[in-house]
Amino acid sequence: MNAQQPILQVRDLEKRFNISGDFLDQLKFQGGKIVRKQENVHAINGVSFDVMKGEALCVVGESGCGKSTVARTVMGLLKPSGGSIHYNGERIDQLSDRAVLPYRKKMQMIFQNPYASLNPRKTITQTLEEPVRFHNPGMSETEVKDKVKAVMFDVGIDPGWGVRYPHEFSGGQRQRISIARALTLDPEFVVADEPISALDVSIQAQVLNLMMKAQEEHNLTYLFITHDLSVVEHFGTRVAVMYLGTLCELAPTKTLFATPRHPYTQALLSAIPRLQDHRPNHIKLQGEVPTPVNLPSGCVFHGRCPHANDRCRQEVPKLVPQSDGSQVACHGVEEGRL
Amino acid sequence: MALLEVENLEVTFGLRQGAVKALRDVSFTVERGERVGIVGESGAGKSVAAFSILNLISRPGYISGGQIRFEGQDLSKLSSDAMREIRGNRIAMIFQDPMMTLNPVLTLGQQMVECLKAHRKISTQEARLIAVEKLRQVHIPSPEKRIDQYPHELSGGMRQRVIIAIALLLDPVLIIADEPTTALDVTIQAEIMELLLELCESNNVGLVLITHDLGVVSQVTQKAIVMYAGRVIEQGPTKEIINDAQHPYTQGLINALPQQTLPGQRLNQIPGSMPSLQNIPAGCAFNPRCEFVMDVCKQTLPGFTRSGGCQVACHMVREMKEKAAQEAS
Repeated sequence: MNAQQPILQVRDLEKRFNISGDFLDQLKFQGGKIVRKQENVHAINGVSFDVMKGEALCVVGESGCGKSTVARTVMGLLKPSGGSIHYNGERIDQLSDRAVLPYRKKMQMIFQNPYASLNPRKTITQTLEEPVRFHNPGMSETEVKDKVKAVMFDVGIDPGWGVRYPHEFSGGQRQRISIARALTLDPEFVVADEPISALDVSIQAQVLNLMMKAQEEHNLTYLFITHDLSVVEHFGTRVAVMYLGTLCELAPTKTLFATPRHPYTQALLSAIPRLQDHRPNHIKLQGEVPTPVNLPSGCVFHGRCPHANDRCRQEVPKLVPQSDGSQVACHGVEEGRL
Repeated sequence: MALLEVENLEVTFGLRQGAVKALRDVSFTVERGERVGIVGESGAGKSVAAFSILNLISRPGYISGGQIRFEGQDLSKLSSDAMREIRGNRIAMIFQDPMMTLNPVLTLGQQMVECLKAHRKISTQEARLIAVEKLRQVHIPSPEKRIDQYPHELSGGMRQRVIIAIALLLDPVLIIADEPTTALDVTIQAEIMELLLELCESNNVGLVLITHDLGVVSQVTQKAIVMYAGRVIEQGPTKEIINDAQHPYTQGLINALPQQTLPGQRLNQIPGSMPSLQNIPAGCAFNPRCEFVMDVCKQTLPGFTRSGGCQVACHMVREMKEKAAQEAS
């Protein structure tokens, strides 16, 4: 396995959602004239990263920072407004529905809420067999059944339970079934969007263990979206920290947790509730996350950053590689102020 | 006398399939100014315990046994009028979801003034002044302006601050917070927890914090109560429980946290999941998932054994203690 080979390349990815409604909603009365006004939510603004083969790249950030939008855009569930996505060197963001099918087989997704992502009117076997049949039209009925049984066994779901419906399972079991559904196609690349945040602590450990086991056995590459930093520390090969639709810092997990460079990463890490802390001792940020409708000029973080100066207010920082292998988008770090 | 004493509390839900006991034999105390954490997974009964203190259990649930003594008064025997005097006034509650707790069609000021006037004979002007003061205490910038805004104009963290301000309005002696930060981001969670801690300390207010996050419990509380399938299985000083848990379930919960394992290694998982309340296993409810299970665990319910400052409901811990005592004598 060549670790240096990117399986996924995302370049300058942008995604805007138009929230101005239909034509009549867009008309506004301004200064005695009727003008047409469009408003956009800038969910992702120029995000670039590579996912290497065999690694688990974790994307972290607070709600509204665009991490789920990145996951969905990479999977082709949303069309990007700008930028490109390459999978194994092939550009996939502009393909037609038919042309993208072979990639769908290689790229699978695990969703956040196991209560909503399984069809309540299909038995588990039906849910699991459907993708196998669809993507492998040549497969015989017994082969399909055997494949599904093997995968169910792998994720710790008794194949005999296949005739049951999702409501008969607990949250942890349902998430195992969602993982099984992703694995039935032998994917190379799995996008997991907060797969454990709806689960209890003891069940989270079970599901994470299962995902790590699957990674070893099937040589999977993960793009793992989460807001839980302690999970990232455990699970991730590298971590991408997002804030308001931009990447602040991209670093190997160990480096990031040992020496966070970006002021936002530092604040985020200090907020993790640790067992051994006697008192919370976190870096306080001023104010709130600004709205992604009217993005701040310059660095999107400057309004809350304790180290912001005039350059931060005007110029958008770029991700700059550092000597320790991380990439940081911060003028302060670049100038050596921080 | 303790501020709050809960003794052998039992809560039953009368369902069509038969009565289900959501809480059994739950006892704990909260001293004045003490911060107590109730920990457990979903379905353990921690929210039911919190709600029953204020008699907020709604039909088909009811308190079927035990006592809840607050400042010496048994709350479960009070009339609904007398109970209303205590709710909000002496004991305040903070709910989980700040998006759902505030009334969307009233301004913050209206909600706060209403709450003050319900309990005290004061003019609207005076009530407004108190409300602004409380908003300032929870670090809301320009409270004079914010007080005339509607909840939708505030972010989640701000709303939870407002809810804390409302809880503090009548200077209660006890606050019950049911997963107050679960719906919020980590940085906001850290801020809100710090705020709660600071306010409880400076006003000498007792806190009952319901949460599933052991990290939060270890940061905020002095005493921890661990619940499983409707029963208390371990309680004692938070530090002792975090550093040296005795019950296999508590140990499992702590060891399952990713920060307890080296990166990349397999996490310590507890096999299986919590039983449904309709068919709790005989004996110790944890026995099917316990790695140290013995025959006695499947037959008899363990009583509490003292271990340091903690009380643990586990046969194994009891036997170990008995053995140690025999050897010593």
